[in-house]
Amino acid sequence: MISQFFILSSKGDPLIYKDFRGDSGGRDVAELFYRKLTGLPGDESPVVMHHDGRHFIHIRHSSLYLVVTTSENVSPFSLLELLSRLATLLGDYCGSLGEGTISRNVALVYELLDEVLDYGYVQTTSTEMLRNFIQTEAVVSKPFSLFDLSSVGLFGAETQQSKVAPSSAASRPVLSSRSDQSQKNEVFLDVVERLSVLIASNGSLLKVDVQGEIRLKSFLPSGSEMRIGLTEEFCVGKSELRGYGPGIRVDEVSFHSSVNLDEFESHRILRLQPPQGELTVMRYQLSDDLPSPLPFRLFPSVQWDRGSGRLQVYLKLRCDLPSKREIPGERVSSARQACPKKAPSPAPSLSKLQPVSGAEQPRAEGRAGGGSPSLGPASGARRLSTLGPFPDGRPRAPRTSQPWALHLGPSSGSGPGQSLL
Amino acid sequence: MLPHQDEKEPTSYRGSCGSCPVTVRKMPYLGSEDVVKELKKALCNPHIQADRLRYRNVIQRVIRYMTQGLDMSGVFMEMVKASATVDIVQKKLVYLYMCTYAPLKPDLALLAINTLCKDCSDPNPMVRGLALRSMCSLRMPGVQEYIQQPILNGLRDKASYVRRVAVLGCAKMHNLHGDSEVDGALVNELYSLLRDQDPIVVVNCLRSLEEILKLEGGVVINKPIAHHLLNRMSKLDQWGQAEVLNFLLRYQPRSEEELFDILNLLDSFLKSSSPGVVMGATKLFLILAKKFPHVQTDVLVRVKGPLLAACSSESRELCFVALCHVRQILHSLPGHFSSHYKKFFCSYSEPHYIKLQKVEVLCELVNDENVQQVLEELRGYCTDVSADFAQAAIFAIGGIARTYTDQCVQILTELLGLRQEHITTVVVQTFRDLVWLCPQCTEAVCQALPGCEENIQDSEGKQALIWLLGVHGERIPNAPYVLEDFVENVKSETFPAVKMELLTALLRLFLSRPAECQDMLGRLLYYCIEEEKDMAVRDRGLFYYRLLLVGIDEVKRILCSPKSDPTLGLLEDPAERPVNSWASDFNTLVPVYGKAHWATISKCQGAERCGPELPKTSSFAASGPLIPEDNKEREQELPDSGALMLVPNRQLTADYFEKTWLSLKVAHQQVLPWRGEFHPDTLQMALQVVNIQTIAMSRAGTRPWKAYLSAQDDTGCLFLTELLLEPENSEMQISVKQNEARTETLNSFISVLETVIGTIEEIKS
Repeated sequence: MISQFFILSSKGDPLIYKDFRGDSGGRDVAELFYRKLTGLPGDESPVVMHHDGRHFIHIRHSSLYLVVTTSENVSPFSLLELLSRLATLLGDYCGSLGEGTISRNVALVYELLDEVLDYGYVQTTSTEMLRNFIQTEAVVSKPFSLFDLSSVGLFGAETQQSKVAPSSAASRPVLSSRSDQSQKNEVFLDVVERLSVLIASNGSLLKVDVQGEIRLKSFLPSGSEMRIGLTEEFCVGKSELRGYGPGIRVDEVSFHSSVNLDEFESHRILRLQPPQGELTVMRYQLSDDLPSPLPFRLFPSVQWDRGSGRLQVYLKLRCDLPSKREIPGERVSSARQACPKKAPSPAPSLSKLQPVSGAEQPRAEGRAGGGSPSLGPASGARRLSTLGPFPDGRPRAPRTSQPWALHLGPSSGSGPGQSLL
Repeated sequence: MLPHQDEKEPTSYRGSCGSCPVTVRKMPYLGSEDVVKELKKALCNPHIQADRLRYRNVIQRVIRYMTQGLDMSGVFMEMVKASATVDIVQKKLVYLYMCTYAPLKPDLALLAINTLCKDCSDPNPMVRGLALRSMCSLRMPGVQEYIQQPILNGLRDKASYVRRVAVLGCAKMHNLHGDSEVDGALVNELYSLLRDQDPIVVVNCLRSLEEILKLEGGVVINKPIAHHLLNRMSKLDQWGQAEVLNFLLRYQPRSEEELFDILNLLDSFLKSSSPGVVMGATKLFLILAKKFPHVQTDVLVRVKGPLLAACSSESRELCFVALCHVRQILHSLPGHFSSHYKKFFCSYSEPHYIKLQKVEVLCELVNDENVQQVLEELRGYCTDVSADFAQAAIFAIGGIARTYTDQCVQILTELLGLRQEHITTVVVQTFRDLVWLCPQCTEAVCQALPGCEENIQDSEGKQALIWLLGVHGERIPNAPYVLEDFVENVKSETFPAVKMELLTALLRLFLSRPAECQDMLGRLLYYCIEEEKDMAVRDRGLFYYRLLLVGIDEVKRILCSPKSDPTLGLLEDPAERPVNSWASDFNTLVPVYGKAHWATISKCQGAERCGPELPKTSSFAASGPLIPEDNKEREQELPDSGALMLVPNRQLTADYFEKTWLSLKVAHQQVLPWRGEFHPDTLQMALQVVNIQTIAMSRAGTRPWKAYLSAQDDTGCLFLTELLLEPENSEMQISVKQNEARTETLNSFISVLETVIGTIEEIKS
């Protein structure tokens, strides 16, 4: 049971505010929430906050706060799930989720909320059912972007990109099929993998954790059946063995409830009738021994100039992905400590690397014939090298006898050495 | 976060939320009247009214300003006019506006009722539903009479969309009424709608009944309803499933066979892809199988996968909630997640609150097999750039050290070598606690201590170090010299607590190494007595001085207490809690807040609820007077409830009571059910209100618990009562004695006593 729902921008401005039950304190609540959130001590969690008989539960999604308030002791799992479902729905209907799209589509958002929640109770969140009730059309703005220009070849020549849809193609509202223009039957399939990797200074992997999911965004008329074929060598669990090679192995896999798994065991085919909008078809996890090498290699080098007290960290990242693939959201956060293995000092010599590699572009267009969670892409060439001078210049001087016991503590969390891209 | 906060004007209340709301809102806020005027003009403009798109745009602007917090109630009249349209988008916008401002303009809102009522019989079910939903959401007095008939029609509508709206409309109508009167016919109709074809109607019926019957304990789930719901489960969407699972919690299967049938039916929901449904099903399993621990354990094993997936989910919020539940499970089954310890390693980019939770989890799942890896990982965190996180990690190692002492002490000793202030101080504090609980590590700690005094600046760390030097000084060669430094600098010491600790420690050390300490002890005592301004320190100094005057043997007898107490560890981490103790909190906000925080939240909520609401309830006399402020009201009511008038402030002495008690025979004996915790103070206060005096009672927690009460009515008849709470049988035994044998007054006295105890029992549960 939800009392209020509101969306705040990252600065705390209310973009959407809806009071479902009228039982609690008016609209100051949104301000109260933001004040509480920003004034929270660091070690307390902001996810669930309490004030005066009211619980605030929120998620942060594309720099917006989606907040619900309730006065009852509800299931946090369900509420968080609802919030993220709402975020997806709003994204589906408005094209994408962001401060701009929300404020352009206020009427549409209110209309959606009205149908999704009545008196604070969830009615339905299925795109199929909702589209019968939603009358407002989304206002989409197409800002000029240099990125789009890159798909236009010089003198009309075909470029690599012009063969595929522009990256913004998927961010259009599901309902636009009602208008005359883009009545395209398109399907976008993303394989999104998050890798958390811990690499020792000698290059060996200490910890690998892969979280992957296959996301489908469908603009097909509803009711059309779709078959997604995974590679037949796809193995689930440690013991299963398929095919002759090392295969593609994941530890755990879970599917969306609408996926028909009849042919999964025999042919690794997922059958589903996707509703319009975005849908996570499959989630998988994999940790420790990877069946294939990482898609990148890291060459660290640390130099400490004792004279000037400067420490120079070179992290050379070589990407083995084919050059035609892009990794849009790549981010490398790094450099915890560096110190020799045997020094009685804080950490073993490791630097921490967490590239968040995003969707594999290009997205498959048309009826997806086959896609596979590719863990080991072919070789390519992309090299990033960087120099991370440490912000406070001098590491706090170690007094141990070892010449190399460094413990760096850049006092601010975001020194220039920490984000490379 | 708030870069320009200092720019905000002190007078502006709205500004306190950050700079940007001010800048965004201020402009329209100041000119809000102009905006209203302009919009009003636009809404009245016949040209705009003729152009559908322009009209709609103006209305959208009104809605936008409304969202930003401007008062747009000024255009209410114009908006009512705009509601009479065929454009359904415009209709929706206008209804949204009306629902927001109807409480402010109830008289004008009545004008819109006409249009709404007409829409309720529109051929288009969408329009019917929309109108009914909006009409029920108007939230203004007097609207009930208009909505009753449309709701009743809506319940029998052939479109499921309208039925869904109408069913929830019943709850809205009931809550609008304010009084607790329940319309029996409506409730029956709703119960029969539980058999509706449309799954959402079914779930809405449950929700609506729950609200309407709130005072009577909510919707009743009997066997036919429970089985009906179970059979419909697969037709519901995930939200419906989660909600129905929650309602099924209150159903008690009659037989073991039925129980296991239900569990089998529910099995598939443990595999659902929605975490809300999985957790709901898990909770239901835990509650239903409360007498079958192996089933509970089995379920918790099966929920491991979904929980771990949520813990590593992309959504931080979900991850946090899942971690809280993992901790909850670990309290009962310590080894449950041990093989998955790597899932709880922190990654660099996670927010602070998740890292802290993960460290706690790591601390709890450590076992012989993974201790090496977990400690290795925790050691990495100890040098984190965030001092808070580093300290949390060090404390975590300290916690693990109670079981794996040697490895941990070694790591902690290595950390001292870093000579970082924030690390050293926490390590020394950890050592202090560890030495107290695990005396076997004293030797290692004493060897590690020398040298770390240079890196401690804060009060807590200094206190810990000085305590260690004082208690174990005979094993640390340079202990007197370290303390001497502190004595030298005592004048510039800012923390009184450190000075107190220094006094005690030095005196202790003096007992074991008198030659090295005598001189500086003299100096310190002189300083504390003659120059110190803090009274507590001064008094402590004087106290020790006088103690020393008594003689050294006396000092030894008083100061040389045991240096460690391993049994304290048992007190600090309570034994494994049974699953049943938290099963009802699973999948609620309790584990997320933490039990202690939740207790304070529900306490202040409970106080609010009891405070303003109790006097209003009509069943006040029946539920028993409790709140002291309602003294007068009670005195008026009590006579009719039993023609008994107890006289206030007739306090008997304990001696007189005892004498009378022994001389009389028991006139009445009775047992009342009593469960769980007991708060004598509450009882005493409650009894006080009805003029029953407490002569004597045992302290809270003692078993058997006893209390002796006395009361006197206006005729002078004395009632003496003994309450006895036996530990094993969960009952309160009441024995009453009376000095005049009058059954009538005796019975009314007992009924008063019963209601008081019953009320307390109720409040407690």
